[in-house]
Amino acid sequence: MLVKRAPDLNYKDVTPKGAYANRRNFLLGLLATTGAVAGWKKFSYLVSGPGTGSVPVKLNGVVKGPYSTDEKQTSFNDVTHYNNYYEFGTDKGEPAENAKNFVTTPWSVSVEGEVKKPRKFTMDEILKLAPLEERIYRHRCVEGWSIVVPWIGYSLSTLAKLVEPTSKAQFVAFESFYEPKQMPLGVSAGIELPYVEGLRLDEAMNPLTLLCVGMYGATLPNQDGAPVRMVVPWKYGFKSAKSLVKIRFVQTQPPTTWNIANAHEYGFYSNVNPNVDHPRWSQAKERRIGEFLRRPTLMFNGYADQVASLYNGMDLKKYY
Amino acid sequence: MNSIFTSKWTKVVVFLLCLAPLGMLVLRAVQGRLTANPIEFITHTTGDWTLRFLVITLAITPLRKILRLPQLIRFRRMLGLFAFFYACLHFSTWIGLDKFFDWTEMWKDVQKRRFITVGFAGFVLMIPLAITSTAGWIRRMGGRRWQMLHRAIYFSAIAGVIHYYWLVKSDVRKPLQYAAMVGVLLAWRLGSWIYGRGERVTAGNAAQREITTAESA
Repeated sequence: MLVKRAPDLNYKDVTPKGAYANRRNFLLGLLATTGAVAGWKKFSYLVSGPGTGSVPVKLNGVVKGPYSTDEKQTSFNDVTHYNNYYEFGTDKGEPAENAKNFVTTPWSVSVEGEVKKPRKFTMDEILKLAPLEERIYRHRCVEGWSIVVPWIGYSLSTLAKLVEPTSKAQFVAFESFYEPKQMPLGVSAGIELPYVEGLRLDEAMNPLTLLCVGMYGATLPNQDGAPVRMVVPWKYGFKSAKSLVKIRFVQTQPPTTWNIANAHEYGFYSNVNPNVDHPRWSQAKERRIGEFLRRPTLMFNGYADQVASLYNGMDLKKYY
Repeated sequence: MNSIFTSKWTKVVVFLLCLAPLGMLVLRAVQGRLTANPIEFITHTTGDWTLRFLVITLAITPLRKILRLPQLIRFRRMLGLFAFFYACLHFSTWIGLDKFFDWTEMWKDVQKRRFITVGFAGFVLMIPLAITSTAGWIRRMGGRRWQMLHRAIYFSAIAGVIHYYWLVKSDVRKPLQYAAMVGVLLAWRLGSWIYGRGERVTAGNAAQREITTAESA
C-alpha cells in the first residue's frame, strides 16, 4: 500500500548554519570556561601558596625538659605548613589554610573512665598543672618523612596521677575534637571521625609520653593540633592524637582510627621500626624535612633506651 | 572558529600551554616554594600531570566526534608525547632524587611494591608509543597495525589510575576522579565500537591522513 503524505520537514525547518555553529561554540565555550575557572583556582593556589595559619602566643616560664635531642630542629615554617590533619584536608598544605579559623577557646579535656577522680580540665588548668618543659623530639611519620620539633608540655603521667587510675585501667583512649561545621573536609578524609587513638597503660605512663600544649616557645598553631595534643615520639606520628577533648582510662584495648581504616597496614602499636615495612613501602629509611638524601630510620625512632623494655618478648612483626 | 583549529599558531600556543606545569615547578623552585618536602611535591606534581595529559589525549577522539571537529587530531600526538614527557620527569624524579640512582633498590621496589609495579608497567608501555609516534613509523607500520599498537595507551591510563589509587592512604577522591574520567573515555570507545562497526573511518587512517596533509602543506 502506498501512503501519500507531505514530508513533515522541509527546507525552512533546517537549522540555520549560524545557530548550529553557535551551539557548538557554546559547548566549547562552556568547556573552556569550566577549565579556566578550575585552572585559575589551582594556579592562584600554586602561586600564592597556603595561608599563614593562626598566630601562636608565647608561653612563659618554660624550662628545659629531659630526653631532648641536639639534632637540628626543623624550621617552624615547615612544621606549620606540612601537616597531616585530615579534619582540615588531606593535602599537606591544606591544614595551615583551613584551620585558620578553628575556635579553640573555651576548651576543656575530660579525663574519665577507670579512675577514682574523673574530672574536666579547662585549658587554663592544663597550662598550670605542672612546670612546662621544652622537649626536642624526633617525630617520624608512617609515610616516611620526619621532623625535629621543640615541643612544650609535660609527661602525661603527671595529669594521670591527679585522677588516680584504678587497677582496672589497662589502656588509655584518646579522642580528638570533631565538629563537621568547623571541619567540613572531614567527611571526605576517608577515615572515621572523631579521630581516636590509644596506648597501653605502661606506654601512656612512660615519661617520654608528652601531653603537649606548645612548640617553638609558644602555644600550638591550630594546624599542629591546638590547643592540646599527644606526642608519643617512638611511635609513628598518627599515634599522637591532636586537639584532645577526651582521655579515657579503659580495661580493654581501645579502637584506633587508622587501624579501623586499614588494620592490615596500621597496627595498634605502630612503633617506629625500620625492620617492619609498611605493606606498600619500606620503613628502613626516612626523609628528614630539609635534607636531600634519606637517612636510616632508628629502632623506636632512637628512643630504644627508654622504651625497648616495654616490648620484651613481644614479636614486633606480629604486633606492628 | 575553524581557523583557530587549523592555524599553525594554535599548535604553538598549545605546546607552550603544555609546558606551563613544568614552568610552574621551575618558578616555585627558584622562589624556594616547593613545600617542606620538595621531592615529594615534584613527584606528585609530575605524576598528576602525566595522568591529566593521558586523560586529555584520550579525550581527543571522542571530542572530535561529538563536537564534529576532526581538526583536533592535529593535537593528539603532541598531547600524548607530553603525557610521556611528564611521565619521564615523574620517573626520573623517583630514580634520581628519591632513590638517588640506586638501581638495585629501585628494581627491588618495582618487584615488591605493587603500586610501583603497576606504575612502572604503565610507563614502560608508553615508550614504544613515543618512539613510533612519527610519520615515518606510521607509514612503516601501516595505519591499522600502528593503531593497534597505540591502543596500549588505554592500559597506560588504567595502570596510572591504579598506581595512584594504591598509593594514597585513605582519601581516594582524586584517584577516583581520574578513574571516572578514564572510565568514561574508554566506555565511549567501547560504545562507538559496538554501534559504529564498519562505518567509521579508523583513527589510524585519520592520523595517516593528517600526516599526509601536514606533509603536503
